Amino acid sequence: MYQYSRFDHEFTAERVAQFRAQVARRLDGSLTEEEFKPLRLMNGLYLQLHAYMLRVAIPYGTLNSRQMHQLAMIAERWDKGYGHFTTRQNIQFNWPKLEDVPDILQALADVEMHAIQTSGNTVRNVTADHFAGAAADELADPRPIAELIRQWSTDHPEFQFLPRKFKIAVTGSPNDRAVTRAHDIGLRMTEQDGQRGFEVIVGGGLGRTPMIGKTLSPFVALDDLLPYLEAVVSTYNLLGRRDNKYKARIKITTHEHGIEQIKQRVEAQFAKIKPRFAGANLQLLKDIEQHFALPKFKSSSAQVEADSAPAQSPAFRAWLYTNISAHKLPGYAIVSVSLKKPGATPGDASADQMRALAEIARNFGHDELRISHEQNVILPHVHRADLTQVFQALRQADLAAANIGLISDIIACPGMDYCALATARSIPVAQQIATRFQALKLEHDIGPLKLKISGCINACGHHHVGHIGILGLEKAGVESYQITLGGDGGAEAEIGTRAGPGFGADEIVPAIERLLLGYLQLRLDRNESFLEAYRRLGLAPFKALLYPQARKAA
Amino acid sequence: MSVAAISKVVTANDLRSGEVLYLRFPHSWTPELAKASVIKDNDLAKASLAFAQGQPNTVVGAYLSDVIDERDGPRASHFRERFRSTGPSNYRHGKQEL
Repeated sequence: MYQYSRFDHEFTAERVAQFRAQVARRLDGSLTEEEFKPLRLMNGLYLQLHAYMLRVAIPYGTLNSRQMHQLAMIAERWDKGYGHFTTRQNIQFNWPKLEDVPDILQALADVEMHAIQTSGNTVRNVTADHFAGAAADELADPRPIAELIRQWSTDHPEFQFLPRKFKIAVTGSPNDRAVTRAHDIGLRMTEQDGQRGFEVIVGGGLGRTPMIGKTLSPFVALDDLLPYLEAVVSTYNLLGRRDNKYKARIKITTHEHGIEQIKQRVEAQFAKIKPRFAGANLQLLKDIEQHFALPKFKSSSAQVEADSAPAQSPAFRAWLYTNISAHKLPGYAIVSVSLKKPGATPGDASADQMRALAEIARNFGHDELRISHEQNVILPHVHRADLTQVFQALRQADLAAANIGLISDIIACPGMDYCALATARSIPVAQQIATRFQALKLEHDIGPLKLKISGCINACGHHHVGHIGILGLEKAGVESYQITLGGDGGAEAEIGTRAGPGFGADEIVPAIERLLLGYLQLRLDRNESFLEAYRRLGLAPFKALLYPQARKAA
Repeated sequence: MSVAAISKVVTANDLRSGEVLYLRFPHSWTPELAKASVIKDNDLAKASLAFAQGQPNTVVGAYLSDVIDERDGPRASHFRERFRSTGPSNYRHGKQEL
């Protein structure tokens, strides 16, 4: 993985020193809160409901064991012994004290991490396919490009005060695991005439005005990508609205001006700035690519443990069935570690669990870890002969939930349990749904299902692209939960349709239960997933399941 | 028809820890809503808020919050304020620790 250059080290060290001085000046009264707030936000420090929250970037979701150990240390020393992995491949610490934050940032810098641009109207943490570099289905590892974008966008002088925040996602696989169509810019690796490049998608986004991104260019050659991105962000910087924060994202700019006009402007700007990119960016990309060389894989001829799975315990077999994905090497597997044990808070890991994950990655995973936007941890390179030991070690750390891709593998934002913007809680709803379906023992019968919960209209929980989405709102002084159906965050991304009026906090779990018990009756057979059944039948029969009273009244 | 008296408290976050605090007359801060001073007069509410906003090196983001005044002390009338006065529902990491 990428190792910091001298420049990276100096830059992060300087930023830590600056922030240390800024915090000192805030505490001694030299800076007002109004003056200090933008400075702390530039360093990922928010003030939430109960405490400060520090959002730390995990660029393109990649960590090594040393970094994971450090996150555990930070959680224990300066927080309450855990961290929360988010849908943007960040980790959030929910309880830091202001005066400790400079030390936390120093501890992050010590392991080549930072919290820079995890807030504010800048290019945010660049996210990527969490199977990048390991997936059997990818053209190539998209992370070198993601790292190039990180370096280009970090402290980019033109892009520190954009109209609004700006999110970029990258995938090297045709099977989109990075929700690229729901980002300000989505990049999908592709090939044309033997040349590698990217389809550039713009104007996707969730939030209060969900939109699926549109293709700005079906192919931008790798060599042209950085100036092309600069042209896009530069066009948006000039054209994007600053009069209304709810209309400031590039999705609205694209919607208001039309993709063709955006394209013309981007191409004109690209032609203008391209000569300035005389090759240094390509040399840098070549250097970065060296850092992402594949690990020294073990010989694939070793015993392939998974093949003898029938002789193993049912728990291990169930875990193999749900938590293992195809690796580019036949002797290897990608292991998804679920942070969604039914009843647990989606995305949370204790310091002990982080240390266990770090050790498992070191001993069995070529020292690599990934964080998925689905709030799970990935061990991208595990030899199949080691799967039994990995499973045992995960089990000891209470991390062996066999539910990846099932109903209890719920994305949930922190909601009103932590977030100052939230209008309702998300976490208890996720906990109750997961434990209810565990009790019903229907998870595996229901099969692949993406249920996503947001605690406000900003949609950090990606509810619009959940097969079942839940949006928590306030209605007449109480929490109310709206259901959307038929969303999809994959290659053929789609925004879900609102099913009808919201449900009270005590009604939402029974509503989901009615919906899924009804789906089991409606599906053609076990092979027809919830989403497929919804696409075949449309909203009406599912709506009838959710609102039986309305059906009776009619 | 009589107009119901207002019942408010001044709340803010502690500058150093971020913890939720409530104003307790004459001029101290308490982490416990039940010990907060209940304000039933608009002028006093304005003055109390101004006092809180005049302590920028102690608290951040002061505002007036509606409460229900009960014998054991004030209780939040909105669920958001109720969560602020207790802590998150997934761990006993907030004021439940008190």
